[in-house]
Amino acid sequence: MTRQGAYKESDDMLIDEPKLPQQGQIAALPNEFNPSYLKIYYSKLFPHADLYRWMSYGNDGKHPACDSSYLGRREFSYTLDNDIFVRYNTFNSATELENSIKDKCPLKIDIGPIYNLNPAHRNAYAGDNVLTPVERELIFDIDMSDYDDVRYCCSGADVCLNCWPLMTVAVKVIDTSLRDDFGFRHILWVYSGRRGVHCWVCDRKARRLSNEQRAAVADYFRVYKGNENNYKKVSLMGQVLHPFLARSYTEVLKEYFETKLLTSQNLLSSEERYEKILEMIPDQSIASELRGKWQESRRSSSAKEDINIVRWEQLKQLLQKHKAQGVRRCVEEIVFTYTYPRLDMEVSKHMNHLLKAPFCVHPKTGRVCVPINPNNCEEFDPTTVPTLIQLLEELNREGLRSDVEGEWNKTSLANAIKLFRSSFLQPLLKICKEEMESSYNAKLQQSKNLLSW
Amino acid sequence: MQVVRSHQSHRSFSSSSGSVSASPTLPLYRSAPELEVRLEDFESFAIDRLRVLKGISDGLSRGKKPDEMEKLVNELWKTNMRHQDSSQVLNKDIISHFVLRLVYCRTEELRKWFLSMESALFRHRFRNQTAEAQRAIMEEFDLPCKAVSNAEFESLKEKLGQVARSIGHNLSLSTTDAIYYKVPFEEVPELVTGRKVFINQGYAYVAMNQVVSLVATIFRSLLSKALILTNRKWATSIREQEQHRLTPIVEALCSSYLGPDFSQPKEYGEISLKDIDQVAKSSFPLCMRHLFEKLREDHHLKHAGRMQLGLFLKGVGLNVDDSLAFWREEFSKKVGLEKFEKEYAYNIRHNYGKEGKKTDYTPYSCQKIILSTPGVGDHHGCPYRHFGEENLRAALSRMGVNSRAMEDVMGKVRNRDYQLACTLTFEALHAAPCDAGINHPNQYFSDSQRLLKAKKDSSTNVVDASTSSMHRLDAGNLLRNIRGNS
Repeated sequence: MTRQGAYKESDDMLIDEPKLPQQGQIAALPNEFNPSYLKIYYSKLFPHADLYRWMSYGNDGKHPACDSSYLGRREFSYTLDNDIFVRYNTFNSATELENSIKDKCPLKIDIGPIYNLNPAHRNAYAGDNVLTPVERELIFDIDMSDYDDVRYCCSGADVCLNCWPLMTVAVKVIDTSLRDDFGFRHILWVYSGRRGVHCWVCDRKARRLSNEQRAAVADYFRVYKGNENNYKKVSLMGQVLHPFLARSYTEVLKEYFETKLLTSQNLLSSEERYEKILEMIPDQSIASELRGKWQESRRSSSAKEDINIVRWEQLKQLLQKHKAQGVRRCVEEIVFTYTYPRLDMEVSKHMNHLLKAPFCVHPKTGRVCVPINPNNCEEFDPTTVPTLIQLLEELNREGLRSDVEGEWNKTSLANAIKLFRSSFLQPLLKICKEEMESSYNAKLQQSKNLLSW
Repeated sequence: MQVVRSHQSHRSFSSSSGSVSASPTLPLYRSAPELEVRLEDFESFAIDRLRVLKGISDGLSRGKKPDEMEKLVNELWKTNMRHQDSSQVLNKDIISHFVLRLVYCRTEELRKWFLSMESALFRHRFRNQTAEAQRAIMEEFDLPCKAVSNAEFESLKEKLGQVARSIGHNLSLSTTDAIYYKVPFEEVPELVTGRKVFINQGYAYVAMNQVVSLVATIFRSLLSKALILTNRKWATSIREQEQHRLTPIVEALCSSYLGPDFSQPKEYGEISLKDIDQVAKSSFPLCMRHLFEKLREDHHLKHAGRMQLGLFLKGVGLNVDDSLAFWREEFSKKVGLEKFEKEYAYNIRHNYGKEGKKTDYTPYSCQKIILSTPGVGDHHGCPYRHFGEENLRAALSRMGVNSRAMEDVMGKVRNRDYQLACTLTFEALHAAPCDAGINHPNQYFSDSQRLLKAKKDSSTNVVDASTSSMHRLDAGNLLRNIRGNS
């Protein structure tokens, strides 16, 4: 099965009607995003009830300890037709939320923080800064365009199966650390719809982190410090690597670099490309020795082994037996430069940052923002994510067959929603209820103690 | 704390209000002590402490390394916080701190500065305490950390050793080094940030020598809350009550120490759009010149770059309409007029306080710019810090710095004295000294313009003395003025 290269938007300008995306391509729809398709999507497929249950974190009114103001203090933002952006939408019930979305048909829904008071009343209070965020999931945003200097297959908004492994690496490294190092459990990974992934950490402790604490976590993950004004973008100091970096390297980065990206990106096959790597070697004599070798071997191409792999071995041989640690460490630095996750720091640092809700449809690609299972993220294929048109066609085909679960169960969206529920929503709600129960009982006990004497 | 007039007898109680300090030499400033203070001491103690804090601030913005800062803090403290009566040293410490709380509680910007400096001061002084005193202070602060049991330590020894070696501390097996504390990671953000601790299942394992950071965080948060309360009390009662006595002192203390923040340029329209290219070449500091050139070249800048350059231009006197025209001219070449109006114009107007919560943002100081973190595709930050050596040399020679000055500048950069490097650049390009040193890009600009105008007017006056004296306080004058009024 051959995979086509990245889809070029210009090709689509000639087509009158929307068509199904080809295999291997990401972008599919014409420039006109058709609002009537969205109307059907929101009316039959979008999982309103699941979104409500998630956002309530157990405060559904069924327990005396429920906080009835909780949902109403959460901000939702809509991007509507004609680039109209509306902030501070709030809802007090599942029906309100559902009806609003169906009515307004937003092109994009963003989720903001939970504030100290209902943002709808923000103007009723005098003074500045009266509205402050009190809870917000710990979020991460990883965008493929931040890797443009280390991928050659695509650039900018394009993504293909040759560079997608970079996202797989990011999910694996970050997810493992969030769980093993930071002890978080309720983590949702979502495909952003085009060229990246989002991560929502929903543990209670995570929601209550301050901006400073979020910045600390984001910085813990930060390794790449580059832009075009300096050459050395990854600098791994210290006699040994921090256990987190060492583990990421041995469990994920090395393998993905050597067995996938080295060859799929042809990192050492041409002069322009290998120069970028040679530039990172602090020892000039080694760099020139390799340069010499590779300019020679250009002429004689051995068909047996991939040239990138051969050259990488030569590079490692020379560097790893050097007496200066800075030179030996260069091998890891190169691997980190080409594979290690690059997070958008600003997204994670501020509690009031808005982030797109899962199950939105990306207006440029038509793809649904579906959850990704971190346990088998290497199998996630962004080119086969259901698109809006595909789902509508599936609905048409299934026609009048009724389904007790809902219309979505007749379509490709079924797996996504089931994954959302089983691996994320249900465990989360279970914990929320337990926490609510135990803190309620503790309070009851306390007041009993007070009353008893 | 009671303030008495100088002719009244000077009595001071050794603090009886509970434990002012768990350690004999480092107070925690948890509550205002029961002390009487003379009016002159009220002010002079505060001024002395302010010299210490200002010295710390300078040291930090010049990027001094921790051991240099340690020395600096010790010297500053010894020089300024002495008292002829040794039993009064502790009181001076406490009194001066609480007076400065009054001075620096009044706005967000002041609080932030005071908080940073007092925390830095506390951190360095804490480090110099004995192990006993340190433990006592930790107890006082109710630290939610537990000592790691021997069994757990053994199982984690290897990983802990790796972390220590990764940050350059050798984990020797002496008994003190084997003491680790286990604390929820969110209690020690500074250690998490630099990957300076081993983290497992939500807990950070903190070495004894890192405990300083823990303690400093708590100190900082306590002080932060206290400042808010102090502000409230000041605004609602103290300022009014003391309007003839302490209030003028408090207000004078503050404004004489902070340099101008350039948030309100003297007149808008000081530079016109048609001159801007010329003026950028002659008077912009390197950081802004770089952003400006990149903007002209790429017709685009990322958000942080737009903020840094945009606010600088505001400080320089570009009014909101000219600013919109300027950015529109560049951005529309890349993204088109419509997209500019939709996505960028709003933020520009926001910077001038015309949208949203209408905050009038102040241009960034050197300290803030140096501490920023430019990433992929960014051009903001301080070139002396963020550029590689080759790129910096190229940029400086394009500016016109000659090769001899270039070496001096690079020397400063290697020493991490970024602001001094910028000052030397200024001096080389203008062939004139800059005694006060560069602390703010807008200061660079206004000093440069002043020099160029002076040259044009061919008058013999060189640099205006007013900016340099901003940083020196004439304490004697102030005191004389106050005594005169009372």
